[in-house]
Amino acid sequence: MIATTPVTITAVFFTALVQLLLLLTVAPLVSGLIKTLKARLQIRRGPGILQPYRDLYKLFRKGMVLPDTASWIFAATPYVVFATTAIAGLMIPMISAKAPLGLFGGVLAVVYLLGLGRFFLALAGLDTGSSFGGLGSSREMTISALAEPAMMLAVFTVAIGANSTSLSEIAKVATSSTWHFLAPAQMLAFAALFLVLIAETGRIPVDNPATHLELTMIHEAMILEYSGPYLGLIEWGASIKQLLLMTLLINAFLPFGLHAAWSLGGLLVSLAYLLSKLLVLAVAIVLVETTNAKMRFFRVPDLLAMAFTMAALGLVSTFLF
Amino acid sequence: MALAFLTAGLASFLIGALAGLATGFGTWRQRPATARVAPFAFSVLGSLLLLVAACLALARPGSVTWNLPLVTLFPCTVRLDPLSAWFTLTLAILSLAVSIYSFGYLRPMEHTRNLGALAFFYNSLLLGLALVFTAANAFFFLSAWEVMAVSAFCLVAFEHEKAETRRAALVYIIMSHAGTAMILAAFLLLAAFAGGTDFATFHLLATKLPPAQQGTVFLLFFVGFGVKAGIVPLHIWLPDAHPVAPSNVSALMSGIVIKCGIYGMARVFFDFYGPPPLWTGTVVLAVGVVTALVGVLYALQEHDLKRLLAYHSIENIGIIVMGFGAALLFRTLGHPNLAAIAMVGALFHTLNHAIFKGLLFLAAGSVVQSVHTRNMEKMGGLIRRMPGTALFFLIGAIAISGLPPLNGFVSEWLTYQALLAGFGTTHSLTRLMFPIAGALLALTAALAAACFVKAFGIPFLALPRSEAAATAQEATPTMRGAMALLAAACFVLGLGATWVIPAFDPITQQALGVPVSPLLVAHGIALQAGTAQSGTVSPAGIALVFLVLAGTTFFLVKRRLRHAAVTTGPTWDCGLPGLTSDNEYTATAFSKPLRLIFSAFYRPNREIRPEYDVSPYYPSVIRFESGIEATFEKRLYDPLKEWIFRLSRRMLAIQAGSIHAYLAYIFVTLILLLLFGVRP
Repeated sequence: MIATTPVTITAVFFTALVQLLLLLTVAPLVSGLIKTLKARLQIRRGPGILQPYRDLYKLFRKGMVLPDTASWIFAATPYVVFATTAIAGLMIPMISAKAPLGLFGGVLAVVYLLGLGRFFLALAGLDTGSSFGGLGSSREMTISALAEPAMMLAVFTVAIGANSTSLSEIAKVATSSTWHFLAPAQMLAFAALFLVLIAETGRIPVDNPATHLELTMIHEAMILEYSGPYLGLIEWGASIKQLLLMTLLINAFLPFGLHAAWSLGGLLVSLAYLLSKLLVLAVAIVLVETTNAKMRFFRVPDLLAMAFTMAALGLVSTFLF
Repeated sequence: MALAFLTAGLASFLIGALAGLATGFGTWRQRPATARVAPFAFSVLGSLLLLVAACLALARPGSVTWNLPLVTLFPCTVRLDPLSAWFTLTLAILSLAVSIYSFGYLRPMEHTRNLGALAFFYNSLLLGLALVFTAANAFFFLSAWEVMAVSAFCLVAFEHEKAETRRAALVYIIMSHAGTAMILAAFLLLAAFAGGTDFATFHLLATKLPPAQQGTVFLLFFVGFGVKAGIVPLHIWLPDAHPVAPSNVSALMSGIVIKCGIYGMARVFFDFYGPPPLWTGTVVLAVGVVTALVGVLYALQEHDLKRLLAYHSIENIGIIVMGFGAALLFRTLGHPNLAAIAMVGALFHTLNHAIFKGLLFLAAGSVVQSVHTRNMEKMGGLIRRMPGTALFFLIGAIAISGLPPLNGFVSEWLTYQALLAGFGTTHSLTRLMFPIAGALLALTAALAAACFVKAFGIPFLALPRSEAAATAQEATPTMRGAMALLAAACFVLGLGATWVIPAFDPITQQALGVPVSPLLVAHGIALQAGTAQSGTVSPAGIALVFLVLAGTTFFLVKRRLRHAAVTTGPTWDCGLPGLTSDNEYTATAFSKPLRLIFSAFYRPNREIRPEYDVSPYYPSVIRFESGIEATFEKRLYDPLKEWIFRLSRRMLAIQAGSIHAYLAYIFVTLILLLLFGVRP
């Protein structure tokens, strides 16, 4: 069916390229948007929406210092993180219900590809030989291990509704008229996945992306020794991961306006819908970040246990409704 | 044809064992190199022959039977049906690599230890394993089982001068025999009903038993084989016995010996039983989940590299047993297609685990041989001294963590898909088990990834933590060659999964009546779960796109960096002069958060004792000790042991030592047997 005739291979290649460009360009924008909105809410001016682009431009023009204790793992990690995140990004429906690389993997592959990137990032943290790196790696792996069952259970709830782990199928079912977002199972799964999103993207109250204070940081501690283009790749990868998870949340639960197939007009409409929904989700994230204080590390499991419970309740509720 | 190769392979192991015996009793002191090389050459040859036999048997489905020309009381039937062939294949690949590894690994000890004796037990273990997987007669099976169990015992006890080793071997053999007794009882019950001991007469027979017996036989088999496989709570021998053996033996123990239990379960669940009662699948699935979680949780707190790997074997056995549980449930609920997917997930994971766990144990063996400790806290920085071993360990770590695109990911993906589809198969509360099991599988896999960040990061990365680690030597070329073989298999089975799946067709056809490849292969390049709509994945596609993206990025960044300065500098040391290995995160520190979070499970204890000369505010030495409670030993096995001892003391009353009393016992027993035992 797909990818068996030359024409569809070209189509897959073309759509993948479009989505890749979109991921690369929109991801820093979303990061900048969140930073600016947060600053405005705290009555600061903020650095401006375009600041992440300037940061990346600057980082890629710089030289870099590699720690003398590090091995090839440290040098390979930025590429692995960047590439795995990008592939995962190509497996989710973004501006059409059909994901470009949907044949290569669904939601399980997305989760595990992100896992591969995290695995290398944690190794790179240990590779530097500083206590900060180890501290970040240990905390990152702990939190992600606890977030995983909640995420899977929420994803399962959605997948069971669509009878598929293919994200394209999920989006297709979600755009059909029989879909009820307001069904308790969907609402609870959405809430659970939102909490996981906060934890996985390292936002307050789980991690603070804005500080370099060793007691509070997780992600920043792991990448403390990175500089120049390598840091650029990792930061870019992190923002792509954030965009990816937000898009996943949007298109699995609220996919209205998403076109089923690839066509130029449909794409533009879908893109407009996506951007406006991203804006709403960004506002939600900013509200959470601004109204909450960073949690103590050993309080985070409670938050994730709550996410797990909500997802489990969502499943149980399928018996009732 | 396949049987000819199989027989030749068995003969080769037998010759290897005899060669080991000859050199072991005779000339090993005069010709140590002969004792090391000759018997293991026969192991390599035998493995190759078995490999051919297994591939032939899988390529040409149908079972072939042959009676070995041995003079015994019962027929020594050997049968190579698809299920046997799959486990023979698993054995052959692993034993090939491990036998090659042994040439290099054993060299340092050839003058100090009797390698002839080791070779004898090593070859007889391989012989026993091959016969366990191919025996088609209950008595012959149990004989092979004993050859396997006793050889494994002798190999575990090889370094018997250490008290730790002796104790581990003793616990292993006691538990192993308790398990064998249950298997024997189950076989006797079946044989009484069937009127024969050939496996062919047992086919689908167990379901025809009366319900009570059916359940009893099932539980006896499950517990009996479960001891060998290491399911919780029957696992306590495993983390003691596997690490104390020489590392090549550890690889076999964790890779294939515990799979005898899995083979036994597969044989019973899918050959002897038709669709079993619903509760059996529920029990098996629940036990699988608990086993996987308990295994990985203990592994996380383990800082002995080989013990850590042994605990991961328990975890992976749990994942395999989960697949079996799901398959049993689907079978009972009338979904043979889903049962086939779950069964393939479990059987594929059996092979995959043999390969990556074998690889990890071989790499760990190289490290331990070079650093002379199993304690991870005394390693560090080995990636520079042992680059090859480090790379192979990393590949094994990625595979066992279930990360794409390697083989562990494929079999875990299949298990996930089967569990997920399970929700729609029934409307009872049972269906909640499937997604919950899936979520706990996700927790297990994520914890395993955390554990392997530790297991690779602490020994191999950053600065050496001991003198021995700083002067470690890379493994010999044969050892690295053997590891490369298994590492390559991780890639082949992962990336080539779509081409491996058709090998399962005869197995599921025989067991469930459905070929599995039409269900699982989509468009020739991707895997699907039943139908293309229910989700697809393509490890090869992922790897291809990864290479393109990472390659392009690499090229662009390298071009950028030509105009920029790339320097190396010291890692940030907080202003204190010089970073040493004392600044590094330790394995204990790494797993500390999880120890606190799961403290209800671990029941951790710690003790801090400062010693001071003048004032407690200026301690000269601080001693810190921390550990976790051995819950299963303390709360389950110690009371059991107490109970057995108390029972034995009661028995003492009738064991008076008087010959008249014993004659009376014999007489009474005879009368009772005549009254109740003999049927007209």
